Amino acid sequence: MDIRWSWIESHHDDIWENTVQHLQLVGASLVLSVLVAIPLAVLVYRSRTASGITAAVSGALYTVPSLAMFAFLLTIFDIGFWPAVTALVLYSLLILIRNAVVGLRSVPAPVRDAARGMGLTRTQTLLRVELPLALPSIMTGIRITAVSTVGIATIAVFIGAGGLGELIYNDGIQRGLFLTPILVGAVVATVMAILIDVALLVAERLLTPWQRARSRG
Amino acid sequence: MTRVSAHETTGTRAAVLELQGLGTRYSSSGPAAVADLTLTVPAGQVCVLIGPSGCGKTTALRMINRLIEPTEGRVLIDGHDVRETEPARLRREIGYVIQQVGLLPHLTIAANVATVPRLLGWDRDRTAMRVRELLHLVGLDPDEYSGRYPAQLSGGQQQRVGLARALAGDPPLMLMDEPFSAVDPITRLRLQNDFLRLHRAVPKTVVMVSHDIDEAVRMADRIAVMREGRLVQYAAPAELLARPADDFVSNLLGADRALKGLALTRLEEIDTAPVPAVRAGEAADGVRRRLADGDVVALDHRVLVVDAADRPLAWLPVRALDGQLAVPSPRGGGAEPLLDTLMTLRDALSAILGAGSSHGVVIDGDGRAAGLVSAEDIARHARGEATAADAGRG
Repeated sequence: MDIRWSWIESHHDDIWENTVQHLQLVGASLVLSVLVAIPLAVLVYRSRTASGITAAVSGALYTVPSLAMFAFLLTIFDIGFWPAVTALVLYSLLILIRNAVVGLRSVPAPVRDAARGMGLTRTQTLLRVELPLALPSIMTGIRITAVSTVGIATIAVFIGAGGLGELIYNDGIQRGLFLTPILVGAVVATVMAILIDVALLVAERLLTPWQRARSRG
Repeated sequence: MTRVSAHETTGTRAAVLELQGLGTRYSSSGPAAVADLTLTVPAGQVCVLIGPSGCGKTTALRMINRLIEPTEGRVLIDGHDVRETEPARLRREIGYVIQQVGLLPHLTIAANVATVPRLLGWDRDRTAMRVRELLHLVGLDPDEYSGRYPAQLSGGQQQRVGLARALAGDPPLMLMDEPFSAVDPITRLRLQNDFLRLHRAVPKTVVMVSHDIDEAVRMADRIAVMREGRLVQYAAPAELLARPADDFVSNLLGADRALKGLALTRLEEIDTAPVPAVRAGEAADGVRRRLADGDVVALDHRVLVVDAADRPLAWLPVRALDGQLAVPSPRGGGAEPLLDTLMTLRDALSAILGAGSSHGVVIDGDGRAAGLVSAEDIARHARGEATAADAGRG
């Protein structure tokens, strides 16, 4: 394999710009998908029917091939950043909702009973007991979603949203499989995924001190 | 739960609880889970609901704080119908303890105990003081345990926290659903005796569900026997043992009613013999003199070595003092069985026989040696005779 270092040197501004765009795509879609998925999970987790329907719909969305999804959104919205984010959010919902529902349901029955028996209202039980206890499961969902979104977001180049897909597709594949930008795009995306995963793992540790106590105790 | 400080802010609020024709059914067509349950628990008394599983005792308990809504009858707390109060607010005024404890695993012990005070809107300082006081009251060192998480505590310690949490809002009424069932028998007996001591210091009205007749006799001021959703008999333990209402109650009490009768008396109610106590480190000459004068009467040629706070350490043969200047300091644990003064005679007898001993050392709430009791004393008591100590004094 030949890597043309001179190309990297002359294009480092482009590489930086694409990396920042990619981060923005991933960041925006993660924030939005969490803002959609967690309230949805809270709405449906008490009812088997409602969570079944939600799982079916988000599961169906998840199985749509990503190229087709982007093409389809292109016909509705036009090109650009937000249509790409929309697609990424739709892909994220399944895992986020499922993990949140599992987490919310995993609160042990005696804990729920004690909370109710002490006089916590439904909202208080949700905010002070169920959501904190669901946090590890929710964070796992966010981490899986974040890593896979970094990968899927490279396809956003097809609806003109930029990102690392520009290096891989526009600079690489379309120029007779010019390998250097393809490798650069892939390596940056992988490193980005790993760093985001580690950052989220650290955040989870800080947010759930009781879990460490358990393993020590 | 042994130490009860004098400066505690715990009130002594206790409520009269009345159940009037209380009943509920799981479905409109199905049989009643509980029917026509009428009983009154006087303020500050412990009422144990007992019966086989499915008899409706837990359902009855859960109707009191509206975790289950009754379809018939009323629950009155100090004359007020519980339906006048919105459920969440009502429950903050009623202590609630369950078998599986249900501590909030993501909160520290201090935060768990502070749950109800926070719901009641107490300020930070008052809550913090209350938490320390309660942990102390249930026998857990606040400095050591406040910052821990529930998963770092043993089952018995968790239930102590559960008790502290239920008491935090100073409720006049406590509901307890098999609170001591999830721990091993030795821990259970300690928790029960500690709870009784706590109850004396803080006499709340308590309704406790149990499936264990021994626990009921040990703990209750009044026992409510339930069967198939109905109240079969409601009486003090002595009355229940003496006059069971029917065969169902007799069967529940079992064949060993004479033995169970021993559970009606606690060690503190009988006279015990003086302990031949000698302090670790004291001059051996003094001990020999006291033995010679009869101030100390050795038991089977042994004396009991106690520490500076009079807590028993171990039995020591009198011969072992020969040629010694001072009483040696043995490691603790050589004075078993140690019997809490709140133990019933039945539990005490069981502990003495279980330890393969003829005597047990009675200790008070602070662990100090308070007396000596033998299996023979207890058997005599069961036969209605005076104890050896009585005879000796008479």
